[in-house]
Amino acid sequence: MIEIQNVHKSFGQLEVLKGIDLVVQKGEVVTVIGGSGSGKSTLLTCINGLEPINSGKILVDGTEVHAKSTNLNKLRRKIGIVFQQWNAFPHLTVLENVTLAPRKVLGMAKAEAEAIAERQLMHVGLGDKLLAYPSRLSGGQQQRMAIARALAMAPDYMLFDEVTSALDPQLVGEVLETLKMLAEEGMTMICVTHEMAFARDVSKRVAYFHQGVMAEIGAPEQIFGDPQHPETRKFLASVR
Amino acid sequence: MFDYTFQWNQVLVRLPKMLDGALVTMEVAVLSMLIGITLAIILTILRLSGSRPLKAVATGWIEIARNTPALFQIYMAHFGVASFGIHFSPFVSLLIGITFNNAGYLAENFRGALKAIPDTQARAGRSLGMSQIQAFGYIILPQMLRISFLPMTNQMVWAILMTSLGVTVGMNSDLYGVTQDLNALTFRTFELFAIAGVIFYVITKFITLSARIIASRLFRY
Repeated sequence: MIEIQNVHKSFGQLEVLKGIDLVVQKGEVVTVIGGSGSGKSTLLTCINGLEPINSGKILVDGTEVHAKSTNLNKLRRKIGIVFQQWNAFPHLTVLENVTLAPRKVLGMAKAEAEAIAERQLMHVGLGDKLLAYPSRLSGGQQQRMAIARALAMAPDYMLFDEVTSALDPQLVGEVLETLKMLAEEGMTMICVTHEMAFARDVSKRVAYFHQGVMAEIGAPEQIFGDPQHPETRKFLASVR
Repeated sequence: MFDYTFQWNQVLVRLPKMLDGALVTMEVAVLSMLIGITLAIILTILRLSGSRPLKAVATGWIEIARNTPALFQIYMAHFGVASFGIHFSPFVSLLIGITFNNAGYLAENFRGALKAIPDTQARAGRSLGMSQIQAFGYIILPQMLRISFLPMTNQMVWAILMTSLGVTVGMNSDLYGVTQDLNALTFRTFELFAIAGVIFYVITKFITLSARIIASRLFRY
């Protein structure tokens, strides 16, 4: 379970999160929508401790992410994150990209890590690209590789930060299919996205962020069918 | 027009001695590169560190190495430190001087290479649970070395050529030192130094060519 309690976060003078409260249960898929600069991506990087917070608390399975005593390297093993820019490691093959962390972080033997990596890459449809270097892959393939790379650590939670925003339109579908598949398998996910159809189909709950505040959260039918907050209505009207 | 008779034979019989000298030259250059690269990586990490004194040490080193003559650096490593009662053999002084120079130049190259690697690479590593050191070692460092591979080759060539400065601190076992001693013995100045020049050229050419082959094997991405 991920518990976010009254989290405030500023970059210098600019307050980007103004008291966020959110609980995500095991197996739940929550999507976060909202305009740019609304703080949605920042929230994800706070959850896995890549960014410090100014006040409040984030608990992952009861462990306080930003407590001094927390071993972040260890905590991050159970929180996978995939970014808008997929950040493939260009000097490693697809297979090595995926086996690197299991081998070096979890201390797995090469053969074992490769077996897991092959399975994950197969899963995201890259079984025939194991020995290719990322530069030979399309953006969509690289993004799916990044997803496999995160999954190879066997995380309990997956965070997706606008993973289709940097892709050519014709490549968006293949990545969304991968996310959908994960959701159906019961992975706990928080997805920041601009893909409204995806948010409607896949999520259990949809949260609308506006200027650092979670203006509204609810079932997709309610958010898309009967938005309560005027800002949500405005936003949805503008993206339709 | 000019009254000089070439006597190549006198010099050619001494070629084995010069080639022995060339081996010493390569030994100094290779050692200075291996230690220099290691030190340059450490200087790069110091410059990235948050600590002001460590940053100052690294910056000072790089500034001196790049803005003073290599001859000065080798001199200091021999006669300079001798003023404080520290005495090195010419070989060690030459090695220290060239290594100091290499480390400074390479650290500056590494800094440029680091700028070419997006911050998000380390971030991706950290988000997979890697420590800062792991992310640097497995993700940043290999990319950094690739980007600075050609400048490293240049520096290796420089290291070979810089060994010729060893004569000023009494080095006489390297190619240039041997040549100078043979010159004192035979007075065949032109022939001796012409051959030394050819040997220097062959060594450095060999380095650049093999670097190109290594690069094509090593960097397939």
